[in-house]
Amino acid sequence: MASLNINGKDTALDAPDEMPLLWALRDVANLTGTKYGCGMALCGACTVHADGTPIRSCVTPLAAVAGKRITTIEGVGGDRVGQAVQAAWRKLDVAQCGYCQSGQIMSATALLAQNKQPSDADIDSAMGGNVCRCATYVRIRAAIHEAARALA
Amino acid sequence: MHPIVRSHSAAILPVRNVSRRRFMQGAGGLVLGVALGPAAARAAAGASAAQADGAAFAPNAFVRIGTDGSVTVLSKHLEMGQGAYTGLATLVAEELDADWASVRVQGAPADTALYKNLALGVQGTGGSTAIANSYEQMRRAGATARAMLVAAAARQWQVDAKDITVSAGIVRHAATQRQAGFGELAAAAARLPVPDSVPLKAAADFQLIGKEAPRRVDGRAKTDGTAMFTQDMKLPGMLVAMAAHPPRFGGKVAGFDASKAKAVPGVRHVVQFAGTGHNFEGVAVLADNTWAARTGRDALQVQWDDSQAHRKGSDDIRAQYRAALDRPGTVAASHGDVEAALAQAAKVIEAEYEVPYLAHAAMEPMNCLVQLGDGRCDIWNGEQFQTVDQAAVAKVLGLAPEQVFITQLYAGGSFGRRANAHADYVTEAALIAKAARDQGVRAPIKLVWTREDDMRGGYYRPLNVHRARIGLDAQGKLLAWHVRLAGQSIFLGGPFEGAMQNGIDPTSVEGQADLRYAVPNLQVESYTPRDIGVPVLWYRSVGHTHTAFSAEGLIDEAAAAAGQDPVAYRAALLEQHPRHRKVLELAAERAGWLQPLAAGAQGQRRGRGVALHESFNTIVAQVAEVTVQPDGSFKVDRIVCALDCGVVVNPDVVRAQMEGGIGFGLSTALHGALTLKDGQVEQSNFHDYPVMRINEMPGVEVHTVASAEKPTGVGEPGVPPVAPAVANALYAATGQRIRALPFAARVKPLAGQG
Repeated sequence: MASLNINGKDTALDAPDEMPLLWALRDVANLTGTKYGCGMALCGACTVHADGTPIRSCVTPLAAVAGKRITTIEGVGGDRVGQAVQAAWRKLDVAQCGYCQSGQIMSATALLAQNKQPSDADIDSAMGGNVCRCATYVRIRAAIHEAARALA
Repeated sequence: MHPIVRSHSAAILPVRNVSRRRFMQGAGGLVLGVALGPAAARAAAGASAAQADGAAFAPNAFVRIGTDGSVTVLSKHLEMGQGAYTGLATLVAEELDADWASVRVQGAPADTALYKNLALGVQGTGGSTAIANSYEQMRRAGATARAMLVAAAARQWQVDAKDITVSAGIVRHAATQRQAGFGELAAAAARLPVPDSVPLKAAADFQLIGKEAPRRVDGRAKTDGTAMFTQDMKLPGMLVAMAAHPPRFGGKVAGFDASKAKAVPGVRHVVQFAGTGHNFEGVAVLADNTWAARTGRDALQVQWDDSQAHRKGSDDIRAQYRAALDRPGTVAASHGDVEAALAQAAKVIEAEYEVPYLAHAAMEPMNCLVQLGDGRCDIWNGEQFQTVDQAAVAKVLGLAPEQVFITQLYAGGSFGRRANAHADYVTEAALIAKAARDQGVRAPIKLVWTREDDMRGGYYRPLNVHRARIGLDAQGKLLAWHVRLAGQSIFLGGPFEGAMQNGIDPTSVEGQADLRYAVPNLQVESYTPRDIGVPVLWYRSVGHTHTAFSAEGLIDEAAAAAGQDPVAYRAALLEQHPRHRKVLELAAERAGWLQPLAAGAQGQRRGRGVALHESFNTIVAQVAEVTVQPDGSFKVDRIVCALDCGVVVNPDVVRAQMEGGIGFGLSTALHGALTLKDGQVEQSNFHDYPVMRINEMPGVEVHTVASAEKPTGVGEPGVPPVAPAVANALYAATGQRIRALPFAARVKPLAGQG
């Protein structure tokens, strides 16, 4: 049993300590917006925020985030930056299959929270851990710039 | 995926107009068979709307209008990223004059009679056919609903129907200043007869088709975590299954010890499941959650019997193909006399091109949810091949195909992988559920493959070796084109083997056998091995993934040997194909082909390359710009893409598909390589099977030729030209001709080149 704050709500999850946060979120907390893609922190589909920092939930044991503030795609819109990122994603129709986009949005939100005017190089560096097989990368770049403009 | 009932050379089958009788039979059958509710059934059957609570208006199999005015389009095509839901809804909404904001899309159930792909003859999504085969059918579905809403209003208002207008979901009669929303008219419309024929709009009257305004219908759900993929489905009491597969294709279970797996908390059952002859057999662990299933699966101890398994490595396979290419193959296309022409050619280019096996590696690894009932099986899946999956599951469960009910969810990518003639992971899920039921377990079961299971699960783009001799006359003109292609057939040994012609699989030779460049002597031969047990499948753009690479590399080699400009050389050979020529010239013009490329930094080389390729009746040209570093590493800076896909339904989706197709093709070209050693796949996840990331994505510009021709597909055709365009750009930059993929580490350092 681990206690953590998920999207602003204190939550006790009945799951073993070693269960990766990804599966605790999806299978125990029923928050399925966070996705499984590789299980090895190679693709970023499982990205969530722990105390505001992007982490790969597929390799993060539940015990490691006990007591922390977890934000997932279901809660990111509660934040001004997250909301701007989601709006930019919709405006530019970034998503194709959409499976990786929760992770992309979480990584982009974390980037913009740290860096208000990221360059293309900043974006490439911050988003390099998030794979998109539909290759929506052109629009991901554009949407991050769009969100930065909206937030300025 | 590829159309299965036509060869590469045949025109796409014409879209048939679906008659009223068809619609009526269909709608009734659909609703009775598939739980759309009794209200819809009665409405569809023309029963009294007073009995139809909610007064749903269901004029045909594709359109539902609620009393709240919401328009639901039932999509017979899978949404796997390509924009099919948005495209089909645009077609319906255009003729319905619906308010785009009120349009929703839901996956149609499996019902071949109602929802077959008119280009394939079965229910399924692929071959870049979704828009092409639905263009008239969906518009007619919308126009029929509109006509009935108008007739209902005319009757209610006692006015002439021809004086009624419809715009953005509002039905109006100007003279009497009356108006009503669709929801207010739905019940009355449902009582009216379905008209036999309805007029369709002239292109000049389009409000949505060809416009930027309709944004994707799935944009919101895919940005807030609510989009429902198979991975996300949960039913009460559901167990998650993970399977241990044999390490080699064709391996069998010799025995297993499940004691450690069963000791994992949350693991409920361990079952051995049968294979199908084509697909894996194995042992599955059933657990309360995914993590327990995985932990349990990894704790299984299975002894495998590899005595019947495939043991070749990819090096062995390549060597076998090279030896086979020394001998004539089966002739796939021939005109003139290549041997005589080559004998008198002033110059002969001899070249060998090769490409490896590739895994689709969709972001959502394969998965499928199955619930067995009495005399029925329910499936939830990112469903791409309904007719085939229904038949395959029915066969292993001893049911009739219509007893297999399939709910089509979003797919987290596919690139062809979810449409499999052997229905591999879908039948695996059904066979695990069956094995579980035999042990008294009646829970719904969701089979989940890990990334490793997915990558090692077979059904790859086949490894290919192409050997060519290209003859030029003294002026450099193309005289002879002789190419031998060696690679596994996708159709052989499956239900579509009948589509092979004279032993040739059209998907093996498409893109070479139908070469568009004028050449007086051409022979394309095919070698199809029959002793290789690596399962193969279509991969976004199918045979064109490899034939475009060799064909567009070879034509570039010919231009270079002739000392001519690559664009001008191609254009001169396209007099018989003005659409191709126009696309080529548009790409060249927008890329600034005739202006010199800006120089790179000290020590860098830059180059520009072009490729032109038709696939799935859409013509695409791409100009690639590359910058090569002294150590041979390189970056693709920019791709300028031009295409002719007939009428453009959703311009932004077309752009997105070109951007995505280019990125997908570039990922393959830069990194894609799946290899086998002693029959075992060597890669397992994204660390040893790298895919392209954002830092390698070039800028992309897309330009479309204005056309009034019927729309053709865009899901696949953006892929084939990118690899050869980049190879040709690398040649322009370095003088090195790269004839094998992936490019990674193939460009030699520039030092010493002067």
